[in-house]
Amino acid sequence: MGQENLRLDVTVRDGVTVVRFLDAKILDELAITDIGEQLKAIVKRADVPKLVLDFSTVTHMSSIALGVLITLHKRIQEKQGKLRLACIQPAIYEIFVITRLKEIFQIHPSVEDALASL
Amino acid sequence: MPWRVCDERRRRGQDCGFDIVAWVLALTEELVINSDLKAARKAERAVLNELARLGYSPSATFAVRLALEEGLNNAIHHGNCRDPGRKVRIAFDVDEKCVSITITDQGRGFDPAAVPDPRADENLEKPSGRGIMLMRAYMDEVRFNNIGNEVHMIKHNR
Repeated sequence: MGQENLRLDVTVRDGVTVVRFLDAKILDELAITDIGEQLKAIVKRADVPKLVLDFSTVTHMSSIALGVLITLHKRIQEKQGKLRLACIQPAIYEIFVITRLKEIFQIHPSVEDALASL
Repeated sequence: MPWRVCDERRRRGQDCGFDIVAWVLALTEELVINSDLKAARKAERAVLNELARLGYSPSATFAVRLALEEGLNNAIHHGNCRDPGRKVRIAFDVDEKCVSITITDQGRGFDPAAVPDPRADENLEKPSGRGIMLMRAYMDEVRFNNIGNEVHMIKHNR
């Protein structure tokens, strides 16, 4: 599978959609709105969406981006799907700890670990 | 809100390609922008450039960037209600030890104490309401004025 657009790299591995962010900074509302729409479209296309988000390139985040992830998580749950986050850098992971969102999301050290959990 | 504008600083802003309405004369650097996210990002860069010039640590820079983003988003969205006719003022003072930032909008203000705790169990899955909490978590000091249309933040470089 090829590139979804300039902000996301989308591949399918064993029936699981793996999305890698190409923007280092997904805190910007202008970027995250676009990213959110792309992710929503991916979930909408799947009967039972299984999605791994690869954060390896992401160096900055914001509350708006967290909101987009929460909304995405809910949509996936509504379709009995599964969402995994992977390769989150320590500074970004700290945001998930501070906000307690690590209790909502399943976070894995690598994409392979995330895939193995599905 | 009457803000005094220095033509020289306004020129400096334009020379740098800023969409900044005014660069106000003061000891502290002050930028005045429209309620526009692109202008907000450029103002952020103006502050972050100063941090880079003074050798701020990656963790302090990360914190300031996040707090600036949240503060400016709040000012534009919640304070000024995205009204393009309303301005946001960013005042900042940076030295090697600490950075002080004040963001002022032209909205009616709010009561920060009335904002629900986004870490409470019942709010954990709500998609919004984390901006102020993140500002408080990452900056050393966060204070609002009485009416809530101005936030003052301090971060030490360490």
